[in-house]
Amino acid sequence: MMLEVTGVETFYGNIQALRGVDVAIQQGEIVTLIGANGAGKSTLLMTICGDPRAARGRISFEGRDITRLPTYEIVRLGIAQSPEGRRIFPRMTVLENLQIGSTVASEDHFDEGVARVFKLFPLLQERRNQRGGTLSGGEQQMLAIARALMSRPRLLLLDEPSLGLAPRLVSQIFDVIKEINESEGVTIFLVEQNAYHALRLAHRAYVMANGNILMSGTGQELLNNDEIRAAYLEGGARKTDVGQAGDA
Amino acid sequence: MRAALKESGLASLVMLALMALMVGVRIADVPGGLEIQWRYADVIAALVSVFFGRLGLILMREGRPMSMAVVGGVVSVVLLVLLVIAPISDAEPHWARAALPFSGYVVNVLLLIVLAALSLRAVAIMRRGPISAPSQASESVMDRISASVQEYSRYIVPFLLAAAILFPFTPLADRQMVDIAILVVTYVMLGWGLNIVVGLAGLLDLGYVAFYAVGAYAYALLATEMGLGFWLCLPFAGMMAALAGVILGFPVLRLRGDYLAIVTLGFGEMIRIILLNWYEVTNGPDGISGIPRPTFFGLPFVRSPAEGVESFHSFFGMTYAPIDRIIFLYYVILVMALITNQFTLRIRKLPVGRAWEALREDETASQSLGINPRNTKLTAFGIGAMFGGFAGSFFATRQGFISPESFTFIESAVILAIVVLGGMGSQIGVVLAAILLIGLPEIFRELQEFRMLAFGAAMVLIMIWRPRGLLAFRAPTIRLFGNGTGKR
Repeated sequence: MMLEVTGVETFYGNIQALRGVDVAIQQGEIVTLIGANGAGKSTLLMTICGDPRAARGRISFEGRDITRLPTYEIVRLGIAQSPEGRRIFPRMTVLENLQIGSTVASEDHFDEGVARVFKLFPLLQERRNQRGGTLSGGEQQMLAIARALMSRPRLLLLDEPSLGLAPRLVSQIFDVIKEINESEGVTIFLVEQNAYHALRLAHRAYVMANGNILMSGTGQELLNNDEIRAAYLEGGARKTDVGQAGDA
Repeated sequence: MRAALKESGLASLVMLALMALMVGVRIADVPGGLEIQWRYADVIAALVSVFFGRLGLILMREGRPMSMAVVGGVVSVVLLVLLVIAPISDAEPHWARAALPFSGYVVNVLLLIVLAALSLRAVAIMRRGPISAPSQASESVMDRISASVQEYSRYIVPFLLAAAILFPFTPLADRQMVDIAILVVTYVMLGWGLNIVVGLAGLLDLGYVAFYAVGAYAYALLATEMGLGFWLCLPFAGMMAALAGVILGFPVLRLRGDYLAIVTLGFGEMIRIILLNWYEVTNGPDGISGIPRPTFFGLPFVRSPAEGVESFHSFFGMTYAPIDRIIFLYYVILVMALITNQFTLRIRKLPVGRAWEALREDETASQSLGINPRNTKLTAFGIGAMFGGFAGSFFATRQGFISPESFTFIESAVILAIVVLGGMGSQIGVVLAAILLIGLPEIFRELQEFRMLAFGAAMVLIMIWRPRGLLAFRAPTIRLFGNGTGKR
């Protein structure tokens, strides 16, 4: 197991956001986590990175217990996150954002890393000297993913990369995610509300509600599951057939 | 027209209610006690200026700028003539001086500036038609100016530098002007030092003066107790201040924004109170006197040096002039400030400087990219404090005497105001703001206590027109593969 989350509970003050979550991710997989707003998907990703910290349970990465490690140490082990809301550095240029992304990587590979993410996102190359805050939503999302990739992670956590993007951009972003996984061998843990796209892309998937994992299976299994269809895909599914973003 | 007259009358009444006592009554120190002097003339002059100024503004707003342009222009010219004649002419009775509306010379200058600006604006409206959104227009003008300052900075900077270096040899530089210049450059250095903490790392520090104090006392104590020289103590004073910065840094690591500001404010006061009460070491409120002056590679600036010591003027075969020492001090602080500047510019491009800026932009995101926020903030606090300490030991050696009174909260506030006014992170902006905030009040001493009022008014105006600072512009630290225009 590359990442193993066992019985994790997380609180925001008195409010319990995760109620004993178990997730396991293997090397080379794309695993997606779907669920409604407020189900705890983002909290799980953030807990893996140590902020907020898990109150109970255990998180291990490549056999090492990372439950109590500070965030910046966790990142050093080879986990990178493209956080919810992108959180790029608005007053810094695209290149400077990428530079900060490469903080934990060795300086010598910076040019190589930049070339690599520019190949994945040619738009960023055009915008390289532009400030992050002046980019469009889609460009900012690309920058957030590119920035995460600059640390040469083995596990990439993506939080809602399709949020607020035009349909054409959504498919483009999902294509890139697939490419990162297939040609570079980066394991991907993807949180999405766009269940249809995510399930089609993922090898395996988890469904989350109220801080619990409800169900898991291969992407195709869940796509064919009636309950899932009813809860997360109906209405959205038909639209997504013609390339619309399904709003679960 | 009636409404316009009414509004103007109202404006002058408001002015009267607010300012009548401040302008109209003056408590003078006369032989045999204090005496109240009434200044009716100034109040009336103020009333008239506010009334007609307001009327002119209203007319301008309604698209009738003609009267403002003509009347304003004529009055400006008359004022200018009077202002030029008043100091030169010796005629008695002094008709030019008597004809000036206000008794304070500088107030008249201010009136002239405002009036001239309004008339020019009225002329501009007559030429181009009404400006629909005046505040936005001026905003974009200032933005363009600050962008072009940035663009031409490679021409402006050498020019400013040359001006700063040549300044003591210009006829302008009498003893008082060099003293003011030293003060301004000291604050420029403090501004650049604080800029590391506030502008780059985004940590609002309201107690920066504490490090200034630590540096000053570190040098003063080492010099008076152990007899060490300025140059030997300087690095040590900086280290002490950096240490104080790191000690402050530890407890405030978890705090952000307002909370951080309050704790740093408290820390600044603590240092001052410790200095005040730790009598055995700091001599308490009596301060430390007899702090040795810096020497030029061991050559002191004195008329008759001690036995066996050669002084600066005899070594270089010059006659003794007291201003030599002042000019030397000016160059010392200039070099120290430039080192601070170069250090800041360079560290921005290093990983640690980049991490500071990332932390300022988004702490959570930087952490998730592998930046250790604790160490990064500590370095910012430590390095910023170090430069404050350097400036502090310079202050001690320049004054020759220090006491806790020199390190009150108002100093922190002024330094912070310089950084914020200049535009956070802007290096030239700090210079501009230091000249405005330190230099001008010195020149405006004639206004006495009202200069603080003028200071407040200037701050309010800047907040309205340039809320992000005079020269708010951030230059990227990296460009790759060129960008087509050949700029680097």
